[in-house]
Amino acid sequence: MKKTKSVLLTTPYILWMVAFTLIPLGVVAYYALTDPATGEFSLTNIRELGMYLPVLGSSIWYSLVSSAICLLLGYPVAYYIAHRSPLVQKFLYMLVMLPMCMSFLLRTLAWVGLLQDTGIINRLLGLIGIGPVTLIRTPGAVILGMVYNYLPYMVLPLYSTIVKIDHRLVEAAQDLGCNSRKVFSKVILPLSMPGILSGVTMVFVPAVSTFYISQKLGGTDTVMIGDVIERQFKQGSNPNLGAALSLVLMILVFVCTGIMNRFGGDEEGGVIA
Amino acid sequence: MKKFNRVFTVLIFIFLYVPMAVLIVASFDTGKSLAGFEGFTMQQYVRLFKDRTLLKLLGNSILLSVLASSIATVFGTVAAVGINGLNHRMRKTVMTLTNIPMTNPDIVTGVSLSLLFIFIGTKMLGIRNSLTFWTLLIAHVTFNLPYVILNVMPKLKQMDPSLKDAALDLGCTPLQAFCKVTLPEIMPGVASGAIMAFTMSLDDFVISYFVSGTGFVTLPVQIYTYVKKPLQPKVYAMFTLLFLLILVLMIVMNLLQARGMKKRSAAHAASK
Repeated sequence: MKKTKSVLLTTPYILWMVAFTLIPLGVVAYYALTDPATGEFSLTNIRELGMYLPVLGSSIWYSLVSSAICLLLGYPVAYYIAHRSPLVQKFLYMLVMLPMCMSFLLRTLAWVGLLQDTGIINRLLGLIGIGPVTLIRTPGAVILGMVYNYLPYMVLPLYSTIVKIDHRLVEAAQDLGCNSRKVFSKVILPLSMPGILSGVTMVFVPAVSTFYISQKLGGTDTVMIGDVIERQFKQGSNPNLGAALSLVLMILVFVCTGIMNRFGGDEEGGVIA
Repeated sequence: MKKFNRVFTVLIFIFLYVPMAVLIVASFDTGKSLAGFEGFTMQQYVRLFKDRTLLKLLGNSILLSVLASSIATVFGTVAAVGINGLNHRMRKTVMTLTNIPMTNPDIVTGVSLSLLFIFIGTKMLGIRNSLTFWTLLIAHVTFNLPYVILNVMPKLKQMDPSLKDAALDLGCTPLQAFCKVTLPEIMPGVASGAIMAFTMSLDDFVISYFVSGTGFVTLPVQIYTYVKKPLQPKVYAMFTLLFLLILVLMIVMNLLQARGMKKRSAAHAASK
């Protein structure tokens, strides 16, 4: 009785999610495998994908570098927050989350104002006699934009994992003669692994698919796979090719998260809550 | 080491907040460029409130996020209650389905939904403008649902199932038991899910960009097209006001959670 009711309550939701997440992915595959002109089955779009391999490669590279930097910057912050009093923790958590809720378009635009040749940073550098340095339209600027935008996505899961680490384990390790470096590498770091994995995934996925950051902060040599997809759809070139590229991006992301889940093995994967 | 950590954390927070500070300062600037401050003025705020098109866009965004997050909250809470009662295997399958929009890149979600709507609208029904307010609403509800579910599920798991059984034994109908016992107990999760869904909706650009047509445009989508030319400073004024709104929402959400925590510990103390 109870079970049928649960199934009944869940069914509309399952139908909705199948209709608006699974079926659309099928439609993407359909478009990827049809010819734009004739609308018949063809592999032209798939064959054209080879052209975009370098772009895909550099997108992956930029996102990996950004994820690594986010991890290096985010870990100490998450660790610091996790060791405050509960009230301070809540407050700092909120401060990390707040930028995520503000328009990322405008925040990225603010970096244009900071980085451009006549921008704030170059003016400050000018005051001490350096510059102007070319900061914008470089690969570094794109990585900076990614790190800035997605750092909170790294800090939050790291924090939720570190805060759950049983302090008695740390004490036990100390009692058994570990110095602080050993305590970190043998106890704290392995126990933060789930947070690290989900943090890296949560930075990597949006970073590899971005198109706005590279458009605003990057130059002609930092085109990302997201830019190409956006152009195929919005500048009217070839939606079918765009669909094929989206399919590649999707498979890439699913393979990555699959690998992460293998190591992490968290059923809910509820990272934010 | 501890000192290093503190200084480092402060530096990272400065890094996170400097670009926003730049925008907020620019909203009080008489000049047009983001790079320098020329003089203080409130003029941008006056201009913002006189600008019909900008206000309409903001209204569109707020209307869409309120509707999408309300629908997702009700729908998601009901679904979460159902999922919670499923057996382990089915629950796992449903949660995998829930995680798809969370793990899929936004651009793929946007592209796939827009292709679905175009496919159904143009190819099957022969409508010329198949991307409307309604498709946008469906898209927003879809990406909001996981946030609601992931916020409500932990609260349902924490809840003592015998509470609901007691209500049923005492003569409540299942609906009454849900409204009087379950709902108040999971309310903090429902509220934070709703707020999170609302802010995600309000700020969403990528999915909306692909799913919206010309008839109904939200603020972030319009800002993206503005960006081709220099941005008008009144947009910074709007950013500042939205910043305040989100700040207030976040504080409310925190207070709600804090109150939920207090209540629970009070209940614990009473039961002992």
